[in-house]
Amino acid sequence: MKKIATREAYGEALAGLGAENPDIVVLDADLAKSTKTIDFAKKFPSRFFDMGVAEANMLGTAAGLAASGKIAFCSTFAVFAIGRAFDQLRNSVCYPKLNVKIAASHAGITVGEDGASHQSVEDIALTRALPNLTVIVPADAAETKKAVLEAIKIKGPVYLRLGRLAVPALHEDDFVFETGKAITMREGSSAAIIAAGLMVAEALAAADELAGEGIDVRVINMHTIKPLDAEAVIRAAQQTKAIVTAEEHSIIGGLGSAVAEVVCEYCPVPVYRVGVKDSFGESGAPAELMQKFGLTSRHIADAVRKIKGLK
Amino acid sequence: MDQEVIARLEKKAREIRRDIISMTAAAGSGHPGGSLSSADIVTALYFQIMRLDPKRPDWPDRDRFVLSKGHAAPVLYSALAERGFFQTGELITLRKLGSRLQGHPDMKSLPGVEMSSGSLGQGLAAANGMALAGKLDHRDYRVFVLIGDGESQEGMVWEAAMASAHYKLDNLTAFLDHNGLQIDGPVREVMSVEPVADKWKAFGWDVQIIDGHDLGQIINAVVKAKEVKGGPQMIVAETVKGKGVSFMENNVDWHGKAPNQQETEKALAELA
Repeated sequence: MKKIATREAYGEALAGLGAENPDIVVLDADLAKSTKTIDFAKKFPSRFFDMGVAEANMLGTAAGLAASGKIAFCSTFAVFAIGRAFDQLRNSVCYPKLNVKIAASHAGITVGEDGASHQSVEDIALTRALPNLTVIVPADAAETKKAVLEAIKIKGPVYLRLGRLAVPALHEDDFVFETGKAITMREGSSAAIIAAGLMVAEALAAADELAGEGIDVRVINMHTIKPLDAEAVIRAAQQTKAIVTAEEHSIIGGLGSAVAEVVCEYCPVPVYRVGVKDSFGESGAPAELMQKFGLTSRHIADAVRKIKGLK
Repeated sequence: MDQEVIARLEKKAREIRRDIISMTAAAGSGHPGGSLSSADIVTALYFQIMRLDPKRPDWPDRDRFVLSKGHAAPVLYSALAERGFFQTGELITLRKLGSRLQGHPDMKSLPGVEMSSGSLGQGLAAANGMALAGKLDHRDYRVFVLIGDGESQEGMVWEAAMASAHYKLDNLTAFLDHNGLQIDGPVREVMSVEPVADKWKAFGWDVQIIDGHDLGQIINAVVKAKEVKGGPQMIVAETVKGKGVSFMENNVDWHGKAPNQQETEKALAELA
């Protein structure tokens, strides 16, 4: 099956929605070819604004457009959209709850060769802490397209975390994607892997590997980090008694932290977080980096084996 | 300029200055200095220049005012109340628990506030967005924004200044409250923004320099600004921090401090 990057699906979805929704405007910060907002820019040039290399101003301008009735999509790399422009995201977008959608690509270490300066592994931690902001991390192209529709439905700010890397399709054509509602990709009772983004595919591969050993693990696709589907987490904790989280993000403050918070409060069971272990990324091929930073299906399977012993 | 109009506006500006003193005194904190320095600009905008309907704060064709220097919230709240967006009696709830009059403007809580502000440097970008939307929707409203001179040390102001000119936002008029003082001292000593008018010119703006306490000059400057086609306009308003209260004028101590009872009485007497 052909792999498609979530940023590709985003660009396609946005360009497709522009005609039926005249309120959509799109801003980019000199990365339209990379974030794929170029598709929209070509079709609707008067509703596309290249803001140049000035991310803070892009977020602020989007806030003003949203305050005037527009649905303002902002795109650049995640490290700049969230890191560089965090104060603008906080004060000009989230505090006044304006209808701005931050669809940032190149999140995580699979940016690859550009290295640590461009690899955002903190953005979920930062965005998750902001009131009024919905945080969505689609796992494949089909989820991304549905997430764009969901983002438009939400009256308020949304962060869509997108990737550079082409990823496999995980869904049949008809599947339900609802903000804040986790998707159980695979049933199981020995342990639960809760994953987001491209780590869902790794989690499924880990589940296959473990099935060969007679370990049946549940795989939960937690595409919405905020609001978190706490019910799905508690159910998994109660029924499997062991949880492994998997994310292409720091283990500090991301999906793993969000899951651990719920588990600790409502149903304490062992939790192991697979993710970037409090370090910056570095240059390399995406697959090499996944290996080096411990983000492969093998790492997830090892974590499941280890945590099962703690039950 | 019609002398009756000026007299009416001068009276209104005095009322707004009295409100600023009473509000900050009741709150026990707040920013009287930069509110007083911009009181004449805000009065001219809300009582002469802007197209507004207090009964319809969401009217799509209304002119917009963004207070980028959000700490001057008292001047905005007073103008909104005096203009009829809400009861003037609510002004003394400034900064109190549960009040719609937050320490810095919150567009979600108070009708008439066009943009939440307070973290400096962000208002012009929002104003740009509003001006772009006006162009897209073929509406003829104008967007006004008030920027502080200390605030102009924020890099984002200049990112936004570049964008206003790039997108030829001739439906956008900015005022610079050039009062020369910021918390740590004179702007020239803390971090000079001079020559500030030249900077705006270099960024592609039409620039006028006026006496920011002369209501006739403020109104005329906006008339001239509206004639500019193809680009944004900056009106550098030379102002005095604390204007109208003798002991507050040009005194940096009154940037962010409320007057006590005695000081309040003295200030209100001067503004009577």
